Amino acid sequence: MTLTSLRRRVFSTDHHVIGVEYLLLALTAVVIGTTLSLLMRIHLVWPDWQLPLHGPILPEDYLAMVTIHGTVMLFFVLTTAPQAGFGNLILPAQIGSRRMAFPVLNAMSFWLTAVALVVLLSSTFVPGGSPISGWTAYPPLSAVASAGPGQAMGMDLWLASIALFGIAATISSINTLVTIIKLRCDGMTWERMPLTVWGWFTAALLSVIAFSVLLAAILLLFCDRHAGTSFFLPAGDLVNGTLHVAHKGANGSPLLWLHLFWFFGHPEVYIAILPGFGVTSMLLANFSFRRVFGYRIMIATTLLIGLLGILLWGHHMFVAGLNPFAASAFSVTTMAIAVPASAKVLSWIATTWRSRPSYKTAMLFSLGFVSLFIAGGLTGPILAQPILDEYLHNTFFVVAHFHLIMAMAAVFGLYAATYYWFPLMTGRMMSERLGRWHFWLTLVGAYATFLPMHLTGLAGEPRHYAQLAGIPNAAGVMLARLVPLNRFITYSALFLATAQLVFLWNVVRSLRRGAVATENPWMATTLEWHPALHPRHSAAMGEPIAVHRQPCQYAATPSGETFLPQWVPDTLADTTTEAAFDTKPE
Amino acid sequence: MPAIITPHKTDRDRKRHVEDHDNGAGRRPPTDKRTGGGGDNDGWSDGQSRRGPHERLNRYRMGIFFALASDLMFFVAIVSTFFVNQSAGHIDVYNHYVNDWFPTVIPPILWLNTAVLLISSVTMEIARRTMFHENDVMDEWLGLGKPITRRALPWLSATIVLGLLFLAGQWVAWKQLAMQGVFFRSSQSSHFFYLITGVHAFHLFLGIGALLAAFVGLYVSRQLETRQIIVDCAGWYWHAMGLLWIFLFTLLVFFQ
Repeated sequence: MTLTSLRRRVFSTDHHVIGVEYLLLALTAVVIGTTLSLLMRIHLVWPDWQLPLHGPILPEDYLAMVTIHGTVMLFFVLTTAPQAGFGNLILPAQIGSRRMAFPVLNAMSFWLTAVALVVLLSSTFVPGGSPISGWTAYPPLSAVASAGPGQAMGMDLWLASIALFGIAATISSINTLVTIIKLRCDGMTWERMPLTVWGWFTAALLSVIAFSVLLAAILLLFCDRHAGTSFFLPAGDLVNGTLHVAHKGANGSPLLWLHLFWFFGHPEVYIAILPGFGVTSMLLANFSFRRVFGYRIMIATTLLIGLLGILLWGHHMFVAGLNPFAASAFSVTTMAIAVPASAKVLSWIATTWRSRPSYKTAMLFSLGFVSLFIAGGLTGPILAQPILDEYLHNTFFVVAHFHLIMAMAAVFGLYAATYYWFPLMTGRMMSERLGRWHFWLTLVGAYATFLPMHLTGLAGEPRHYAQLAGIPNAAGVMLARLVPLNRFITYSALFLATAQLVFLWNVVRSLRRGAVATENPWMATTLEWHPALHPRHSAAMGEPIAVHRQPCQYAATPSGETFLPQWVPDTLADTTTEAAFDTKPE
Repeated sequence: MPAIITPHKTDRDRKRHVEDHDNGAGRRPPTDKRTGGGGDNDGWSDGQSRRGPHERLNRYRMGIFFALASDLMFFVAIVSTFFVNQSAGHIDVYNHYVNDWFPTVIPPILWLNTAVLLISSVTMEIARRTMFHENDVMDEWLGLGKPITRRALPWLSATIVLGLLFLAGQWVAWKQLAMQGVFFRSSQSSHFFYLITGVHAFHLFLGIGALLAAFVGLYVSRQLETRQIIVDCAGWYWHAMGLLWIFLFTLLVFFQ
């Protein structure tokens, strides 16, 4: 391979290559993030354990791990993989296009994301280490360099990393939006777009809105740190034993950062999970050989969840000093999002109801997504009550809630997508036997790890505590009583992480020795399986693409076909069948 | 009855053939005819992307639209912070509610800068519209010289000069404030004055970069459509920055 050829491949503008690069970046990030979380779990139950080459884990080391774990997982795994990774791989083909709207911009946003990850991880190696203020970076801890270890150069690098990531995500989202709006093929009306595309579309809209606000907040925080301003720092604040000296009239408020950050932060969790909603809907329908129940309602609920997602950021701040009427308002909007979320669950259940599904691994992970979404979602209304949140805020109850519904459900969506589209991308099938092992081990591990956290949270265990044993007075007695349950959680976490080796082995083995895939192994109806749009069928370039119906239409026809891909012309289909499913003219 | 409710299939199918170029009705000629060597992304190798004469232009306009929407949210965040800070107060040791917001006096040169920026929007719009003047488009498409480019360049140059004048005027304004002892860190209101004008100046600096790219592109680009796109997108960005400045200037003058 010549240098020119290598450069062309690495810096390719082809959306398939960029999608794979994003997924590899996310894989790197998830290994790092998982390792950090295991170190955290080990430290909680074996505090004297020494990290090889490092020594004892100090409290600031633990808090730095919390920060980097949260940042890496949320930004570089849960945002990058579903939206940028699978969005690049699959989205253009699913709307009948052969490329993204802005290919060069697409490559640029990937490399910006990669640089952001490098900058983030480099904060580990600078004097003072990584910041200890968590992924939420609350001031004054994050606004004063002398506030603690890692809050000087480490915090600056963290801010630079998130700013770079925000710019890259915004550029990528603009690309996604223009591609969906402008490059759909003939016949691809809005109602015929797969729900995966609606998920990417809505998540991209949220990105365009939310990341800019975060960028503004970062700019203000940077000015507080380096330019002597007081946007977030009140006068006379005592930080780490030092009185913060500011100009006359300094009247900053840490609450202001909370508003700006959570205006970004809550849409962020929907950016992470909306693609999973779309994948789950399409896979449940595909493997149930049914059309999606209430297709238009599902489109509406996707957009509605996106809209409500930007109206309820205050529920992260019930104990931060909000006006109590504001708390009531945010509580209502938070409860309101349960309506479209429940409608989605109803559709998922109705789609599979009384069907005879094909329980492939991708189907199993989609069902797992539904299970985890319900289990994690049921604690949402509890936390939406300000009076209950006063006790539960910053306990492990909250940690359990969002790890079930955002971390594990979103990851199950990623696994479903990987198992489903692996044959399309590589031409080989993944092992169904290993897949089923992976699924059940992961499902059991997820519940075993995060359900008990609800109990330790209800008992009052705070987040971000670097130790549970050896604390004096009544609080110490309470925490010490939780050590056995925490030990069980740690064992479960180790089990859960180990189970992922089955997946990695499955990928590696299938790439080399997997069974050769047929052109459409799942009887899929969406356009990415169209012969002319197959990533490995470039010979068909120039063949016109047209769509004639909604996806996921499975019905017996007089000639015996059992499924009707979107691209099969009307003349080859039973018009009576089509009329039953797609009665509105274009 | 079905024939009345649902459009006839033949008519419906016909609507999909957007690439029919000769329906006998004398359509305007396409503006994206190849004028030189084919490059990546010129659409010739992928028949599907040919959806009409302005497909690429519309795509880039939509991209600019979303980028500006994103930028709008950035400024919404800053302006929201401005109003929150302005109205914030505290209780002092005498149990009095105290609001320490002291407005920053606006240097008068900002009015002149505003006028300069408005004039630059006019010159930019003239340059942008010149790119789509139909007779000249036809001539340039046919290869009869470059009338569009020749007519747009002076207006584009004027816009660049006026933009630089605006930035110079902002610099003078900051200098004037500094001579009065008002710095970025002096007070809550001066935080916002410098922040708002500084961030807008940075955006205008990017805009001048886009104009310079358009200026160079008019010479080096071999495709007429590409030349139209870069001037058009730079123009919309410039207009957005002008509108934004009107809003920010009004905020600083009347709402401090």
